[in-house]
Amino acid sequence: MAGLSPPLRGRVGERGTTNDGVSGLPLSLTLPRKGEGNPSADASLTNSKELPSVVVAKDHNAILLHAIDEAAVRAGLSIGLPLANARAICPELTVYDADPAADLKTLNDIADWCDRFTPLVALDPPYGLFLDITGCAHLFGGERALLQIVINALNRRGFAVSAAISGTSIAARTLTRHASGQVIADGAEAQAVGPLPVSALGADPAVTTGLRRAGLKTIGDVASRAPHEISARFGSAFTTLLGYALGQGDAPISPRKPLPDYIVEKRFPEPIATDTVIALTLSSLAKMLVAAMDKQGKGARQLEASFFRTDGAVRTIMVETGRPVTRPEMIDRLFRERLDALNDPLDPGFGFDLIRLAAGRTEIVVQQQRDLDTSVHDNDEISALIDRIAARIGGKRVVVHLPLESHIPERATLALPAQHHLAAASAAAWPDRVAGEPPLRPLRLFERPEPIKVPFASVPDGPPHQFTWRRALHAVARVEGPERIAMEWWKQDGAALTRDYFRVEDTEGQRFWIFRDGLYESELRDEQGRPLPANWYVHGLFA
Amino acid sequence: MNGARTGTLASLRGSIARIEAPSEAAMPSRLALGHTSADAMLRGGLVPAALHEVFAAGHQGGAATGFIAGLAGRISARKPLVWVRQDFSDRENGALSMHGLAEFGLDPRLLVTVRAADVDSALRTAADALACDALGAVVLEIWGDARQLDLVASRKLTLAAQASGVTALLLRIAATPIPSTAETRWIVRAAHSPPGNAASAWGAPRFEAELVRNRHGPVGRWIMEWKCDECQFSEPSAYPQPVAAAPAHRPHQAQARAGHRLAS
Repeated sequence: MAGLSPPLRGRVGERGTTNDGVSGLPLSLTLPRKGEGNPSADASLTNSKELPSVVVAKDHNAILLHAIDEAAVRAGLSIGLPLANARAICPELTVYDADPAADLKTLNDIADWCDRFTPLVALDPPYGLFLDITGCAHLFGGERALLQIVINALNRRGFAVSAAISGTSIAARTLTRHASGQVIADGAEAQAVGPLPVSALGADPAVTTGLRRAGLKTIGDVASRAPHEISARFGSAFTTLLGYALGQGDAPISPRKPLPDYIVEKRFPEPIATDTVIALTLSSLAKMLVAAMDKQGKGARQLEASFFRTDGAVRTIMVETGRPVTRPEMIDRLFRERLDALNDPLDPGFGFDLIRLAAGRTEIVVQQQRDLDTSVHDNDEISALIDRIAARIGGKRVVVHLPLESHIPERATLALPAQHHLAAASAAAWPDRVAGEPPLRPLRLFERPEPIKVPFASVPDGPPHQFTWRRALHAVARVEGPERIAMEWWKQDGAALTRDYFRVEDTEGQRFWIFRDGLYESELRDEQGRPLPANWYVHGLFA
Repeated sequence: MNGARTGTLASLRGSIARIEAPSEAAMPSRLALGHTSADAMLRGGLVPAALHEVFAAGHQGGAATGFIAGLAGRISARKPLVWVRQDFSDRENGALSMHGLAEFGLDPRLLVTVRAADVDSALRTAADALACDALGAVVLEIWGDARQLDLVASRKLTLAAQASGVTALLLRIAATPIPSTAETRWIVRAAHSPPGNAASAWGAPRFEAELVRNRHGPVGRWIMEWKCDECQFSEPSAYPQPVAAAPAHRPHQAQARAGHRLAS
């Protein structure tokens, strides 16, 4: 099954009516801490069903229960109990340390997996996810079916999950706290969340306790009060949250990734694993993508191929181009280069069941006449070459150069990725050379000047007679200089010493650019005013 | 080996050479370096659309870089130039300085540099770039002895260069020459400035270039000077003329010399 979506620009809160008349957008997933689905101890907890297991975390020097499984609930433990108390209640307890970083990673992995349902997936840390399924549900047989697919798939992998679909994200999240698997019709939020306890709102614990003490046990109770009363006691933030939960307006969710301009994808009933099929799929997807972009005269500047493995792992590979790509063969070739050059090759495992190709950034293509103006053709060829090389070895390794206004040799040039700055570089204004003079700057410049040993100089400010560089002694036959380059004192790191550069030729004819770091008399002195020896460096090699 | 077999082998080699060599008419015109006697030895200049190797004598990276930059400048004329080099070469010999290249007579606007992590990816990138006929030349800079740069690799580069018409220039620093399919191979070291006192200004860049291999002609050794303004090589300006008088007119000798391959 192949789904092709034109640029979708769904907003959260935008009502999309599906076939059965039920409308609802955010699907909220929560991985409850109660139950064996706590991500941090997932694998180990599933193995030991009989003995209660808990995950503990340190809070203000006390070790408290952070998450517990079903058996622990049966044993009468609850989250927040000190570990010592828990052991007293239930001595045969298996204890694991909480690992928030691993929890977050697992949540991100699940979010990656959820990308197969909708491109708009938002994290709701620490244990929740929002999926904006506007216009996506019908691809999976309706909202209820989609909900079942998500819950079943995650359950099969050992996560306890509760999920709900509703018109607003907060209402959906509130529902997941107490009732999983519900699809709430548009406008029925208030009715659905009314009977739930106030703790389901997920407000500040102080607010929840306060509400309970005030005798407001359920969300319905709170909603029956006038909003200004609630605001006066619990703050306007809580009133807003309550309003969202009741379906009055909605908090925006922030999706993890920007929505691509174009998406094409291919689903496989039988997972595929061979390179040939993957390559064939990519090229047919490229054709579909180009056809979709072509209708609006667009070309892709950034492409992303996502490979969804059957076991839930998702691998995304991105290529960028210097100019909008409009030919499927180009896309095909760029991805082939990229896949060839991967350090850790694409691992199909038990196979991919979904391959998606998305154009993350597109541009309007300016058609140019190609027949007569050969330079247009040449430029196209060169940027295509740069794209290919960049796809394989990385965009930062292919550079063009721009001059900078600086006297400091190592700061006088700016190297920029050729993909994006080719035009700027070909129009750059480099200083003109003085006609008839030999070069003043070396051909090769060391990124950091290399220290040399200079035994003595005839005069303190003068050039050396010989120097040792990389363990070889060079006797100086010719000298030009000094050329004094002062550091940029107006910059942050401008306190460096003034350099005196000399162009020297040794007795073999090799030419070096060497400098003395610091001026005698003024700069090279210690605190007592005694003169210090100067450091010498080789900074470049002349031809 | 007896005479008949030698003869057969020679004729077979000849026919292979005829098959392999593009016909003279199809050959693009040679590009003169500007140095008269070197151009004469090269029968008019460097062959474009072929592989040329430049080895730095010892670790003299500066002089070899200058020489190959000169060759690239001559060959690519006003077309873009791709310079591929290893990360390690950058660290060992310094990065290319654009201001230096500009003063040397090359236009930094036409230069795209690629830093490859290792020899394999450098070779592959160079082969890719050679396939793009919009370029003037591709310089591949490899530091040290590279196992990957064998006869097969150089044959690939040569074929790519022939197919597209882009010249491949291979710069090797701290490496020993090994058999390859290069059209010419040069060993370059720095040459002295013309005699003068220590404080007098040095002159134009000067190389002692030794042509150690020339597939279709003899070899030689020259002092060359690079004219930054004209962007060409020339005879060293301030050196006195060679001590031995040049032959007045001895065409037969030149022919005889051209017939021999002094080295391969």
